[in-house]
Amino acid sequence: MERSARLRSGLLVLWVFLVGSLASAQVDLSGSWVPRDSRTGNNLNAVDYTGIPINDEARIRALSYAPAQISMLERQCQGWPPYYLAIGPFGIKIWPEMEMVRGATISWTIGAWEDRLPTQIWMDGRPHPSRNAPHERGGFTTGRWEGNTLVAYTTHMKAGALRRNGTPSSDEATMITRFIRNGDRLTVFAVVEDPIYLTEPWMLTKNFQLDASPLSPVGPPCTPAFEGAAGAGRVPHFLPEKNPFVGELTEWFGVPREAVLGGSETLYPEYRKKLKDQYVRPEKCLHDCGGPAR
Amino acid sequence: MTPRHLLGATLIMLAVLVPPAVAEGQGRGRGGPPPGSEPRLSPRQIAPADLTGYWVSVVTEEWRYRMLTPAKGDYQGLQLSAEARKIADSWDPAADEAAGHQCKSYGAPAIMRLPGRIHIVWQDDTTLRLVADAGTQTRLFRFGLPQPAGPRTWQGASAAQWETLGGGRGAAPSPAPGASLRVVTLNMRGGYLRKNGVPYSEDAVLTEYFTVAPLPSNGQALIVTTVLQDPRFFPQPYVVSSVFKKQPDASGWDPTPCSTTW
Repeated sequence: MERSARLRSGLLVLWVFLVGSLASAQVDLSGSWVPRDSRTGNNLNAVDYTGIPINDEARIRALSYAPAQISMLERQCQGWPPYYLAIGPFGIKIWPEMEMVRGATISWTIGAWEDRLPTQIWMDGRPHPSRNAPHERGGFTTGRWEGNTLVAYTTHMKAGALRRNGTPSSDEATMITRFIRNGDRLTVFAVVEDPIYLTEPWMLTKNFQLDASPLSPVGPPCTPAFEGAAGAGRVPHFLPEKNPFVGELTEWFGVPREAVLGGSETLYPEYRKKLKDQYVRPEKCLHDCGGPAR
Repeated sequence: MTPRHLLGATLIMLAVLVPPAVAEGQGRGRGGPPPGSEPRLSPRQIAPADLTGYWVSVVTEEWRYRMLTPAKGDYQGLQLSAEARKIADSWDPAADEAAGHQCKSYGAPAIMRLPGRIHIVWQDDTTLRLVADAGTQTRLFRFGLPQPAGPRTWQGASAAQWETLGGGRGAAPSPAPGASLRVVTLNMRGGYLRKNGVPYSEDAVLTEYFTVAPLPSNGQALIVTTVLQDPRFFPQPYVVSSVFKKQPDASGWDPTPCSTTW
């Protein structure tokens, strides 16, 4: 009996050591990473679903969204879902939580931004919560190393938005995020799946650079205040066919309306050929052109 | 968990963690070749990732700048020098056409951002060849060889290196998940980063990282991170990542000529 107990204790110690070895970092991601990405954000226009493989239901919901919704008292502090890591404009601070005896990494934390919650990536092998567990704004994330890439898997997110213009995401959405470090550069590659609103995985990237200036690991406190946009008991919205912004990209940049509304087909080179006969390039850029004021 | 179960799980874990090199060494026994006498392996043999095959671009970001040719003067999101803005503001596709510069927006810094398909093969043991059907352009990534001097071209001269664990460079046992191919390209002709005349200069240095990642349903993605250093036109390096999806075959492969307007 005593021998069995000793064997069990010995194996447990070995087991903990081995699991710790698997969970230990291959690459050090800790530090302050500032955004170094030259792509133009897609968060500027109220109706711009280009590049998102949304289905009809998502499109209808997105077109009913009025930007004033986030001025409602109860929505001002809700923040954006974890996808915001790849689409937001902010830098990120990353640090590990260590187990003090063996030095194994229990989790990696990506600090918060003002409207994004922190993400804790559990590396200790714990399972995801049950399907019926409550969903949180930041979701629940576990991680593992694939060579020198940290791979994070997020579930249990609340319903939210894929883009800040109300393109919806459901609470059944999941996200796999890869953190790929090349020297002092970090590429985040995210793949979002949503059986309710997406017809295929949506792929996103964002690039960061390691910086010596420390970023704050926490966002500022959010205090709701009346912003004058919505009265009590009213949710700002647009009725079907009444969204006033649906023609904006067409009018300003000549983007055909069908393309503005997104969908899987629009992501691939064949669609560009289809556009060739529809697109009339504006002679000169007059809106959101970049550069100094003109 | 009983000791028997714990022992079984531990043995499985040990099998996973034992370095393959140790296992190979044991299999070789005393009759194996002495250390240092193994033939030198080529970049193709030590490749920690397989980039070969047909890949299709998936345009989920900067859609209207990539799927359409933007209007003159639209350089949103780009930090440009005054000289670069002046060039962009005077973009004249007809003049480019007349001068035979149809491929000015298909150079190495721009080609991976264009919608289309790419085909990557090993040309020989030390050279990867990438062909893009957009503009029918060919790039050669040469490992470990001095770049041949010569006239500047749209695709320039590219030196390649496998980059493995911890950002280090050099040989690696294959395969190594998450390893990147680092490609540095010089000797390019000045061209357009966007089809509407946003320029890069011939002094630009292009560094790219090619990384393969698995996708749901057994798919594969190729992430190409582009870092363009061109202080004359860009006060800060231009950095973007472009994503491709692996195809099982050449479906959709459609080589097209360069165009100044589309």
